[in-house]
Formats: sequence, structure tokens, C-alpha cells
Amino acid sequence: MGHTLVEKIIGNKVGHEVKPGDIVTVDVDWCMIDDIMVPFAVQKFEEMGFKEVAKPDSVVLIYDHFLPATQVDDSRHFRAGDEFAEKYGITRVHRTDGICHQLMTEAGYVKPGDISFGTDSHTVTYGCVGAFATGIGYTEMAGILGTGQLWIKVPETIRIEIDGTLPGNVTSKDIILKIIGDLTAAGATYQAIEFAGSTVDAMSVASRMTMSNMSVEAGAKCGLFAPDEKTCDYCKIPYDDSIKALTPDGDASYSKILRYRAEDFVPVCACPSLVDNIKPVSDLKGTKVNQVFLGSCTNGRLEDLRAAATILKGKHVAPYVNMIVTPASRKIYREALADGTLEILSDAGAIITTPGCGLCCGRGGGILTDDEVVVATNNRNFLGRMGTSKVKIFLASPVTAAATAIAGEIVEG
Amino acid sequence: MGMTIAEKIIAAAAGKETCKAGDIETVTLDKLMSNDGTTHLTIDMYNNLKNPHIADPEKLVWIVDHNIPSDSPKTAASHKKMRDFAREHGITFYEGEGVCHQIMMENQVRPGELIFGADSHTCAYGALGAFGTGVGCTDYLYAMVTGTSWLLVPETIRFNLHGNLKKGVYARDLILTIIGKISANGANYKAMEFAGDGLKNLSIADRISICNLCVEAGAKTALMEVDGVALSYLEEHGRIPKAIYKSDDDAVFSEVFDINLSEIEPIVAKPHFVDNVVPVSECEGVKIDEAFLGSCNNGRIEDLRVGAEVIKGKHVADKVRFLVVPASRAVYKQALKEGLLDIFMEAGAMVMNPNCSVCWGACQGVIGEGETLISTGTRNFKGRAGHKDSFVYLASAATVTASAIKGYITSTDNL
Amino acid sequence: MSRIWKLGNDIDTDIILPTEYLAFETVTEMKPYAFSPLRPELASSIQPGDMIVAGNNFGCGSSREQAPEVVKALGISCIVAKSFARIFFRNAINNGLLLIEQPDLYDEVNEGEEAEVIPGKEIIVNGKSYPIASLPDNLTEILEAGGLVKAMRKRNGLD
Repeated sequence: MGHTLVEKIIGNKVGHEVKPGDIVTVDVDWCMIDDIMVPFAVQKFEEMGFKEVAKPDSVVLIYDHFLPATQVDDSRHFRAGDEFAEKYGITRVHRTDGICHQLMTEAGYVKPGDISFGTDSHTVTYGCVGAFATGIGYTEMAGILGTGQLWIKVPETIRIEIDGTLPGNVTSKDIILKIIGDLTAAGATYQAIEFAGSTVDAMSVASRMTMSNMSVEAGAKCGLFAPDEKTCDYCKIPYDDSIKALTPDGDASYSKILRYRAEDFVPVCACPSLVDNIKPVSDLKGTKVNQVFLGSCTNGRLEDLRAAATILKGKHVAPYVNMIVTPASRKIYREALADGTLEILSDAGAIITTPGCGLCCGRGGGILTDDEVVVATNNRNFLGRMGTSKVKIFLASPVTAAATAIAGEIVEG
Repeated sequence: MGMTIAEKIIAAAAGKETCKAGDIETVTLDKLMSNDGTTHLTIDMYNNLKNPHIADPEKLVWIVDHNIPSDSPKTAASHKKMRDFAREHGITFYEGEGVCHQIMMENQVRPGELIFGADSHTCAYGALGAFGTGVGCTDYLYAMVTGTSWLLVPETIRFNLHGNLKKGVYARDLILTIIGKISANGANYKAMEFAGDGLKNLSIADRISICNLCVEAGAKTALMEVDGVALSYLEEHGRIPKAIYKSDDDAVFSEVFDINLSEIEPIVAKPHFVDNVVPVSECEGVKIDEAFLGSCNNGRIEDLRVGAEVIKGKHVADKVRFLVVPASRAVYKQALKEGLLDIFMEAGAMVMNPNCSVCWGACQGVIGEGETLISTGTRNFKGRAGHKDSFVYLASAATVTASAIKGYITSTDNL
Repeated sequence: MSRIWKLGNDIDTDIILPTEYLAFETVTEMKPYAFSPLRPELASSIQPGDMIVAGNNFGCGSSREQAPEVVKALGISCIVAKSFARIFFRNAINNGLLLIEQPDLYDEVNEGEEAEVIPGKEIIVNGKSYPIASLPDNLTEILEAGGLVKAMRKRNGLD
């Protein structure tokens, strides 16, 4: 009987075959702790009575939610992280480099086949390189810090196959939104999602990241892509037999298989206030917007900024509309400086902020008030996430976001 | 009897031939600037008037710069109120374009104008020979409704500048030295006028930096003679003067200082007052958590060039957050073209969108309990940049950048 | 007996505790803001021993453990839902907060009614019994220890 990708990754790690439902204890390759959760994880770690961190080199601390700090107590979190790192010999600390989920693969930590846990639900992003990665709470993180291990239940897998060529104004964001709409926000709970097909094969790693990132919005434990040559280029590793083996077997067993034709996708939005409330952009035409947000671990990468710049070049953001651009990392910011993308966006009137979580985490970066409407490229449109509970958040692709910024109302790019 | 620049501008605004210090005059304003620090309060008061009316909407310039991008629903509500009102009444409106005073210098201010701004650093406009002064919401509202206001004609302190600043010494060191000398209320109610053969050696950026900070000595306004440097700046920005004034030879000054620019040294203003100035060497070694290069005082292209030259090829100290905040979109784009933004980003600094940032103490880079910030901002009052128990040191772009690299206060000499 | 507070489907972690309040140093400071985007009055109305009954996907969204911690701090004895989001489920168990999956209860009870919960067996409301399953052993161990911190302290020979 064959294995799905997640069964192979976990099986490799524990050294024996596993099947859905098995509860196994795994050695953890990477622990990511973000600034919001640092003080809480440290507190739990100390309450648990550990004297040392089991594998300090596997721990990465990343300050991103509170950068730039907007409240007087924010820097307490940085200090807590710095003190913890110093005390326990943790050297991998990113203080101003960008969003945690971007950095974990971009900075060369997570590789195909690794098992990672992070104190943030979008840890699933690392599935883009064929790594098992999922979000946990700070208490479990404290346990891993002390033991280097965690128990997991091997999940069933939903396979999603997409074949064909996407329409020009459709991005991987539209695909994952459509899939979440079809699965519903709880449709993949406790399960792994495995993406495959010729459309996926043709995608950049950045586009895959968007889909892995949002798989948690369908409740998934992880969202995986089998690693290929592009993955290896991105991870700066050889495309060898060990990587090639990280492919699901033809006779693997799935809880569900969904098949899509790429040509059938259209630009969509997740409408207020649920991520699975999906509508075609064409149905929303004419919805006036006050702000557009381009950024986040979902869609703040160079290709996203470039897609927006292509549309905004020589044009201008609509009067009385703010367009906020928050690159996902320092590296992306610099690349977008070098290739002229930021200049185009600035010429078009965009407000370009320093890399970080920005508006997506709701502590700054363009908070809104009652009855305002925002089109955003991030991953959640929950009630109150970007201001008051009367703010209307529409999630969309960078293409839709850029076209909307120019028009001042929701339109297709 | 002769008149000072301040007296001449006020006389013209009052429709008179002459006026003198101590007179109270009713003046017609040329422009009225207001930002998101207080505009929402002005609007509330306006809406409570019996017969609300704006004398001349074309004279109003409203700028969102203090909390942009917005950091809370409350801020967002203030912005919305301001945006909607500006739109309804046809008021010139800038949002996210940069710090109000820099926007005004780039786009609005003309020599000889009398401008009220609902912000204390409005005195910056003296760099172009305009009388700018900060007012509260009530004064602002009265001027907005009537187009006029009353002014007590200020006495003038005259500063004759001679020679040139030494290399590694900046306009900011000069004005902080002056404030240290005359104290934080040394120019209360007065105008500070700058002239002399040394003026020609100061760029417009230097001049803005000097005039901007005069309010920290209590000054009502700051004024500089308009010369070729000012006129070419104006021309580059597509404007012509309203009027060019010089103080008469027999004008009456309350005090006259002669300052030899070559004697100025790099200095630091220590917590918690702007006039608490000492040589940089006295603060050498003070550990910092954050550094800030930006603000209406020191966020122009010239300042970013200074910082970039200092940091090029070096790196921000491990645990220091170094915020680099261009004062306007024009400055941001120029810095981008010159490669300065990449120099800062490569060095580990955080390049921000143009806005007031941590100078204003909210929205960006707020510092925590016990933390220390070295800043090119305007003020170092207790709690200004965040927690009530935090510390702000003011210094030049060069000193701030050197300190960001080392992680403690130091001058570029020690890099 | 526990008084029932009824919430809907997809009660996400931003509703349970908005980001604005996540960085408060203690859960006590966070308590007044629990559920505030949806029902601002709820936090002050909940009495110790009360329970929450909800629909599908309770706790979806973020991994913020402040969410189950704040619910427990309010004195909620257990949450009964049609289903729970995965991360919330683990976080709740790790904090000793009892979660029960039950498919029918949500559709048949009203807010303010009283329920009796017999863990691993049934919930009784208005005289009707709703059967419930027991948890896997590894989770029962954590719950019985009073949460993961206590389980780890035991492991480290501290309690």
C-alpha cells in the first residue's frame, strides 16, 4: 500500500512506516517562535522546570508582528527574546528582517522533508518546499524547547490536482481561495492537503507558498507540495534521490481527491468576514474601497509586488484611497528596490512600509474604522482583524488588489 | 524707525505700512496648515458652530502624517473624519506623502507669507522667509472661519552667522547649541532671525533644520533672509515669492548674537530637555536600543546622504533598531534613486514610509520601559517616544548613525 | 449543572481574543476583552462553571494560546461544539480546558439552559441525554495532569 507525501515525511523521520491515525513522537528539526509568543513560551518553559534548551540550533526567534512597535509594551517582547536567546545559547534571532514564515525558508533553515513547528498558525507555509510544518501553542513549544520532540497524529490527506494553464489575471491566491471555499473553513481539519498537477508544477515556489500558507484557513494541519528542481534551487540544495523520493506513491490512499481545470479559475475574493465566503470578483464590481493592502506572508513576495507594479505602472492610486505595500522581508524589499518595483509603486502613490506583518496582524500598518472597506492580499478577514468589527475585509490576489487601488472600487486586474 | 522681517510681514498682513513689536494686529493669513494630530478636534468644534463657514478653502492645507499608516481604530476614525471633511470642502489634502512641514516646504510656502499651522514646528517656514507659527485648534478654527487672526508683534532676536561649519558638524549641532545657550524659553514670544555672511553657506535643508527647532527655545517664529539659495529652491519647486523682506539697518532687535559657525562642535541634547546640550564626548558609551534618522527636522535627502555615507559597508549593532524615515515621498524617491535606501537596508536599518514616526512617539518604533533612543527628531521630553520611563537623546544624522552602528552613543570620529 | 452560552459556527481566535490585547502580560488583563468583536458583554456575564455550546470549527484561525487560556480564565468549565479547529484543540487540552465534540447538542439547546456534563459519557439537558466520546489516552494523560506544564514538571521531577 502506497503512502501520501505527509506519511512519507513523517515515516522517514520516525524510521518506520506510518498510517493515518497513528500517534507518533517526532524529533523536531525547526522551532520558530515569533515576537508575540516569545514571553509566553519562555514563561511556560521555565514553569516546566527545564534547565536547558534541548537543541538551541533548531530554534529561530523572529520579531515581526510588533515591527515597527506601535505600543509601549511591544519592546518587552524583544527583550524577553534577547534574554532567552542569550541565556540558552540561541543564536538564530531575526530582529528586523521580515515576516517569520518568509524567513524560515528564505534564510535557508527549512528544507524538504524537515519537520517544523511554529507558534503561529501560518507555519504551514513551509509545506511549499515539501516540509511538514504546522502551528502550535506556546505551551507545546515550551515542551519542544525542553525535549526536542513532540507527538503528532499522522493525518489523513486530501489531494488536490490542478491541471492546465491559468488565465492571465488569476494567481495562486485565487486558486487557494476557491479551494477553501469549496472545502469550507473546517473542511480539512486534522488533515494534510497535498497539491499536485501540471499547473502546480509550473508555479514558482513563491506562488506555492501562498497556497501552503492558506491551507490552514481550511483547517488543514499542513499544505504540501512535493519538492522539485525549483524547490531545490530555492533551498540551494542538490536535486538528488533523497529529494526525488519525497513524492507521493501512485497507490497512496486519500480521504478525498479534488480535481480542477486551471482554465476554470477566475479572480475571486473572500468576502467579509469568513475566509470561505468566496465570490468571483466580477460579482463584487463597484464595491467602493477605502484602502488596499499588499503584503503579508501570503502575498508580500517579489512576484506579488511585481504583479502589482505591472498594473500600477504609469497610473495612480485613486484619490482618497490609501494603498499600503509591506514587503515580506528585507531581502524582498532590496530586490524590489533593485529592479525598480518600489519606484513604480511609489510613483503610483503607494505607501511603502518597512518589512513585517503590518496590517495583517492588526496592530498597525493601516488599521481601519467603522464602515471602511479594505481589499487585502493577506490570509484572514475575520471580524475585527484590521480595526473595528464594522470594517469590511475582502481578501484578494495582488492583481485584483492593484487594479482595485486604481479604480477605487473592486475590479478584476 | 526701521522694521524687522517679522514686523514687515505682519504689517503687510494687517494691510498697514508699519507696525512694531508689542503692537497687536489683526492679520489676514496666507495659508492654514493642519495635520492629523489635532484636525479631528478642529472639525468637531467647527461642526458645533452656529453658522459653520470656511473663509477661503483654498488657503487650507491638511496633511495626514503623524500616524500613517494608522495604528488603531481611533486613529483611523480621526483620519476618516479629516479625509471626508477635506473632500467635502475642497481642501488641499495630503495623506501618506510625508511630514507636514516638509510637504509645506516642497509645495506651498512662499517668502513673505504669514502661515498658521496647528503644529508647533510650523516655524520651519522661516527658512524660505515666511512667517510660520504654531497655533492650537481654537486659534486655527477662528482663522479658518474668518480668514484672519490677531497677533502680538514679536520682538526679534537677531543671530548673525559668520563663516562656515566644520566638516562633521551640522546645522542641527548649531541650532541645538544656540538653544543650549539661550535656554528652552530664551526666545519666548519672540522671533529668531538669522542673517549674516554665514547664511549663504547653509543649504535649504540646513535652514529648515535650524528654523524648525526654534520653537524649542520658545520662539513664536523663525525667519531667515531670502537669498539666491532660497530663490533657486523656490524656482526648482515652481513657485515665486509673495514678497522678500530684510530687516532694516535701523531695525530694533531685543538681542543680537554673533555666531562663528566654525566654533560649533557636534553636540547631544540629553534627556529630558532640548536645551540640555553637551558635547557628544560627554555621552560617549551610553547604551542605546533604538536610533532614528528622520523627522521634519532631519529627514531630508541631505540628512540621509550623511547617514548613508557613515553606514555604507558597516552594519547596525545587533540589538539596535535603526529607523530611517525620509521626510517626504520626494525625499524617499530621491534616496531610492541615489541608492541610499539600499545602503540602509543592506546595513540592517529599517526604512519606513515617510511620516513623523517615533519623533511623535506613536505608530512606529515606540520605545519601552527603560529603553534609550538617539534621535534626529525635534524633542526629547520625558515619555515622548514611548514609555514614561524611557530616554531620548537628540543629535545630528551623523552622530545618530554612528551610534546605531556601535550600539552606544558615539561620534563618527570613533568608527 | 452548568449554564449554557451559545455561540455560532467558525468562532475564530480573533473573536475569542483580538490581536490588540494579545501582548498583555497576564491573562487576567486579557479577560475583559474575550469575545469582544462579537459579543462585548459576554466576558463580564460569564460565571465560573458556565459552559459554551457552539457549532462547527470552534477556535479556527491563529495558534494564539491566549484564546483557550482566556476562556479557561473566565471560568468556562467546558466547550461543547460540533467540531474544533486543530490548533485550538491541542492548545485547550494543554491548558486543561475540556473540549467535547457533540453533533446534536448545538441544534437543540438554547442559551441560558442548564446542562450536566459527565465526561466520557454524556451531556444531559432538559432531561435528554447526548452521548459523548472519550479522549485518546495521550490527551487524557495531559488533561489529568492538569495541562502540559504540569505534565512536564512531573517529567522533570518537580511535582
